Amino acid sequence: MASDTPLLDELEKGPWPSFVKEIKRSAGKSPKAKDLLGVVEQSYKDKITHWKHGGIVGVTGYGGGVIGRYTDIPEKFPNAEQMHTIRVNHPSGWFYTTKALRTVCDIWEKHGSGLTNMHGSTGDIILLGTDTDQLQPAFNTLTENGFDLGGSGSALRTPSGCVGPARCEWACIDSPHLIYDLTQTFQDELHRPRWPYKFKIKASACPNDCVAAIARADFTIIGTWRDSIRIDQAAVKEYASKGLDIENLIVARCPGQALEYDAKAQKLSVKPQDCLRCMHCISKMTKAIRPGKETGATILIGGKAPILRGAFLSWVLVPFIKVEPPYTEIKELLEKIWDWWDEHGRNRERIAETIGRLGLKDFLKAVDLKPIPQMVYHPRSNPFVFF
Amino acid sequence: MARTDIGPPDYRLMLPETITSNYGKWKYHEILKPGVMKHVSETGDELYTVRAGSPRLVSIDFIRDICDIADKYCDGHLRFTSRFNIELMTPKKENVDGIIGDLKKLGLPIGGIGDCISNIVHTQGWIHCHSAATDASGLVKSIMDELYEYFTEFKLHAKLRIAVACCINMCGAVHCSDLAVVGIHTTPPKVNHEKLASTCEIPSVIASCPTGAIRRHSDKNINSVEVREERCMYCGNCYTVCPSMPLADPDGDGVAIYVGGKVSNSRKPPMFSRLAVPFIPNNPPRWPEVTSILKKIVEVYARDSKKYERLGEWIQRIGWERFFALTNIPFTEQHIDDFTYATETFRATTQFKW
Repeated sequence: MASDTPLLDELEKGPWPSFVKEIKRSAGKSPKAKDLLGVVEQSYKDKITHWKHGGIVGVTGYGGGVIGRYTDIPEKFPNAEQMHTIRVNHPSGWFYTTKALRTVCDIWEKHGSGLTNMHGSTGDIILLGTDTDQLQPAFNTLTENGFDLGGSGSALRTPSGCVGPARCEWACIDSPHLIYDLTQTFQDELHRPRWPYKFKIKASACPNDCVAAIARADFTIIGTWRDSIRIDQAAVKEYASKGLDIENLIVARCPGQALEYDAKAQKLSVKPQDCLRCMHCISKMTKAIRPGKETGATILIGGKAPILRGAFLSWVLVPFIKVEPPYTEIKELLEKIWDWWDEHGRNRERIAETIGRLGLKDFLKAVDLKPIPQMVYHPRSNPFVFF
Repeated sequence: MARTDIGPPDYRLMLPETITSNYGKWKYHEILKPGVMKHVSETGDELYTVRAGSPRLVSIDFIRDICDIADKYCDGHLRFTSRFNIELMTPKKENVDGIIGDLKKLGLPIGGIGDCISNIVHTQGWIHCHSAATDASGLVKSIMDELYEYFTEFKLHAKLRIAVACCINMCGAVHCSDLAVVGIHTTPPKVNHEKLASTCEIPSVIASCPTGAIRRHSDKNINSVEVREERCMYCGNCYTVCPSMPLADPDGDGVAIYVGGKVSNSRKPPMFSRLAVPFIPNNPPRWPEVTSILKKIVEVYARDSKKYERLGEWIQRIGWERFFALTNIPFTEQHIDDFTYATETFRATTQFKW
């Protein structure tokens, strides 16, 4: 018998694990997953999406967390007529016990398609495909088992962070704990949208930025240090003896020209005042070089994708801040930022765009920060200056 | 009434014992082979991690399969990475081969650590999104099949991050990846004048346009908007706020390829990815034109770059004129920026290569 999904069947071939195989595994048990497969095959034939615009559904008490979705070909695929997504807030660092994961699977087997994304780009567990009448029962069972919904809409979205001190020697801050604490503190802001637009928080524990916080968060927390990198000269010698070209691959690549290498003595030294803490030498000589001991974070603001005024990377707001529970300074700064943005932001205007429109100068005043050179690449070149 | 505002489970209850007892005490790590690393603590404890690729869109049976392996070798603990890979961790070196064997039995590739191509950060596509100009999962599968050996082996001088987004909302990491594929439209929206006023808030529709192409309909009797098509660059943001402005088109939709972005601060500051190929039509299920251009770029970069040089750093060193020459990608008028900060991208120096 000819297959109903000849185009998608092609994507079961090849060495990379196949999402089509995954949909088919669920399709064996769930009519919803089976019809989802049919809708997607139709898209592959027609080369357009077959999901209707938008969809507003949710659970009692919250304004977000569920993405409503309806197919535009329900007559062909009635079980895919409603295909809503539930965002479930992941544990910090995406660590799980199998017991917790199996519980989520059992709940989703009962209330949904059995399909998931592990994970969405913002960090949530994505439960992919259910009906409106299943949302509240699924939510009730999830919270009974310790899982809450993540964010959607014009709200605080689910914060996420790198693995941090749980399994990384470069962690300058406790990113999993910070993210957990901020998520718990701002539950109301996350579940009940009341802002001009979305707002994302991400924390990476060092400038390698393993959660891409500088590009994918409005409020970016990146671990750093204020003293000097720590060099273990015995370990430097070991790298040299094993043939690492320290002069060309480490010293010459240092962006601050802060390193000096005495090849004869096999000794590496640093001028801490010239170090930009870029992580290159640390990343390439993991046994010999470590971040300093006076650790904290740099706070940057404004990262976003292109719509509407162009893409932005977050820029420096606070060069150095101590990061210790209960994180009062960071929380106070967040609240000042939200107050100003909520007051001045236009409909669907991200914080970077509001600052761009009204000026960094006024924003700094509103959040009680003084202008300092670390905030800019270079001073302005034009003379159009307000006093 | 359900419980509300409980937040996520406490991650500390999810950590394996070796991590709890060595939290914040890690001294160094080593990459032992593709997909396997060892972390060593100040206490002398060791933790082995095996990383495997995942299609991200997975069934609950897939999750249960991974849980079985975690129960067998990892005391019932596992984690996922920020690029959707799976990580199984154990303090016992002798468990590593068993974990690898069981992951391979499931058909999962071991790799994604170090100087290689790791998993592709991607989006919903035709699986679940209404504004997708292309599919995400199908593109990712096609690209990773083509570049598979770069995931499982060390064949590059630095990490190479790939991202896919199905429209220019760029959910994920497209704007800051070494290689990026983004779904684009090339035709303006078709306005449904009968339904627009009842389904959309007209001022929001007008405000949604980055180029000011949308205004109230010039005929006062028609309660709708009109699009000045010469100003429209098909971003689709008006459709995001208004269902009566659809613009999906089987022939007009396709993908663009961007290159040279990164987020880490190593050596050079973070960079945006920049346009390399303006348009390739959708060609499901395998998108062969897209995969072959990506493979070509990866091969030229692998050959021409210096050790530790990310793709964007390589292009900065050799210059964009050399990038286009080496990759044989035609340079077109679409490559020249004409949005807000366009002049900053023009070459105000006599320094260039022939």
